Amino acid sequence: MALNARRPRRSTRVHKGLPFAIALAVVLLYPFIDGPVLAPLFGAPTLGIMIPVLIFTLLALGLNIVVGYAGLLDLGYAAFFAIGAYTAAFLTSPVSPLPFRTDFWIALAVSWLVAAVFGVILGAPTLRLRGDYLAIVTLAFGEIVPRVFLNLESWTGGSRGMNPIGRPHLLGYELGVTPLEIGGLVLGPQVPWYYLIVAIGLLSIWAITRLYDSRLGRAWVAMREDEVAAASMGINLVHTKLWAFALGASFSGFAGAIFASIFQFIDPFQFDFSISIMVLAMVILGGLGNIWGVLAGGIVLGLFDRGISAQVSVWLRGLGTALGIPALATIDLSRSRLMIFGIALVLLMLLRPEGLFPSARRRAELHPEESEVAARGELTYGARLPVER
Amino acid sequence: MYELEILVQVLILGLANGALFALIALGYTLVYGIIELINFAHGDVYMIGTFTALTVVLQLGLTRGSPPEVLFLGLVLALVVAMVACALLNTAIERLAYRPLRNAPRLAPLISAIGVSFILMNVGLHWYGASQVRFPDLLPNIDLLRDVLGLPTAIHFTTKDLFVLVLTVPLLVGLNLFVARTKLGKAMRATAQDREAAALMGIDINQTIALTFLLGGALAGAAGFLSGLYNNTAWFQQGFRGGLMAFTAAVLGGIGNLTGAVLGGFIIGVVSALSDFYLDPRWTQAIVFAILILIMVFRPSGLLGEQLPEKV
Repeated sequence: MALNARRPRRSTRVHKGLPFAIALAVVLLYPFIDGPVLAPLFGAPTLGIMIPVLIFTLLALGLNIVVGYAGLLDLGYAAFFAIGAYTAAFLTSPVSPLPFRTDFWIALAVSWLVAAVFGVILGAPTLRLRGDYLAIVTLAFGEIVPRVFLNLESWTGGSRGMNPIGRPHLLGYELGVTPLEIGGLVLGPQVPWYYLIVAIGLLSIWAITRLYDSRLGRAWVAMREDEVAAASMGINLVHTKLWAFALGASFSGFAGAIFASIFQFIDPFQFDFSISIMVLAMVILGGLGNIWGVLAGGIVLGLFDRGISAQVSVWLRGLGTALGIPALATIDLSRSRLMIFGIALVLLMLLRPEGLFPSARRRAELHPEESEVAARGELTYGARLPVER
Repeated sequence: MYELEILVQVLILGLANGALFALIALGYTLVYGIIELINFAHGDVYMIGTFTALTVVLQLGLTRGSPPEVLFLGLVLALVVAMVACALLNTAIERLAYRPLRNAPRLAPLISAIGVSFILMNVGLHWYGASQVRFPDLLPNIDLLRDVLGLPTAIHFTTKDLFVLVLTVPLLVGLNLFVARTKLGKAMRATAQDREAAALMGIDINQTIALTFLLGGALAGAAGFLSGLYNNTAWFQQGFRGGLMAFTAAVLGGIGNLTGAVLGGFIIGVVSALSDFYLDPRWTQAIVFAILILIMVFRPSGLLGEQLPEKV
């Protein structure tokens, strides 16, 4: 084994520097073009929509580890999001039952850790389960956790939720309160949040791509492909699975703490089943296992859910009024959010189960007939085998 | 009221609701038994059943004061319409969303089922709105033990409770007989055991699977009708909650096992009623899910299921 154990090609790393640099520049400059360019186009600044979308994309990155890399279908991922958010609230909110308060940055780190620990706690009972049984147990956890937060009223305020929640301080400046002034340029209070999320997102992407190329990452993929074969090659399934659960959950700890602090309010209803499914749909839409696909899927679906559906309704209503179609003139797509979502999931499964931007490996699995070898015409009957010299 | 009488009262409530869970759980177990798919949309088919029955009842203008024969015929019509609608709906779902994925990786049909569940939920949302709707209280609520039989007890066992049991038990027995005794039932069992071998023996696999969904849908329709009449409420999210409870029942009994689903349904019904009364209704759902997790972890084959060796 060790003799020819070459490192696999780093499939997830950025090969093309230029597109990446352009994308990064767009991401970094976005708050500056939002006010002057995008606001007149959409009628309002888009940053307020973008921030929750990015938080959900952060969740999708974490879930991708569990579902995309390790192949463990988790239908209760919102539970970890809730745990992260409530941890941050417990540590920083004045209404918290704890006898002490911490700074937001400490709370952020603790949320990350607590979510990871709960990933292990909730993951441990599922180790022996496979496929849809695993899905159901995670779903049950996803239902129990918000319910526990709802029912422990004396600690969490129950359905009244928790508010306010501590904000981060950086160099004496409190994020999200006052507009930021740098050399005469005034930026809205949300802009620093945006950069914080982007920074955490980039850090996560870096960590996740490194993980994917690590020994652990290869173990995840091996386990996803065939548990028995992976185990017989010496992979410790228990460790590999628990690491997937812990690391997957930990990223939603980040997302939860940021979510709580930005919106200053959390209640148990923000973490229900539809959130778990939403994040899962982001992962699947983009392409299971491909981190760039997941990013794209998260942003596309999140934008659709938060903003585009309302915008499209307005356009459709205008079209309906112009054409004299009464059904179209009164349409409101935001009431059909679940339906659009459901139809998208079904169609995606029927037409393109590997997602919009699948990883090369996934694609080959799901479409064996179009695998690279077959496409090049090699190894088919009568073809000349390439001779190595 | 003595403590024992309270307990019996709670048990009666639990058994009546358990009968409903059993009807829904059978749909899960039938489908899982034959194609190993957790039909996530099944709970929402049950919700559509309640809504269909409610629409029929409202269209006919039935009230408690309607003449008995009108009421009776109207209820029979509502039951039949709900059962037929749900049976057809479930079959259509299978045809459109699951059949094309029969040979896909197992994740694909499950996600497709979640998608269908969302679609149905949204249909329910548009149908009767976001809040709970009252289902007219049409059944006479006469206490059988004290008022009719003249027993000196504080326990209420009403005609409503009786109605649920009288309608559910024949359906459960009928389904069991159908699967165990008829030729089509044999085809279903054969398909469940080995699809390819069954096909080689001349069984039309597609038809048999469609039949399974048809039966499961009809039972869900009946459960939807009964749940509306018994609990007097309809809600577009009842399918998700009720579906999860029923799924837990199916797993508890041993998924794929018909008797197990019925047993599981009654147990879950009784456990929920006990928890509602003695603990706190707010914890009931958490307790049921905790049971689900415990069974999955310690006895994935359920109470009556066989321990099958893992397929490699």
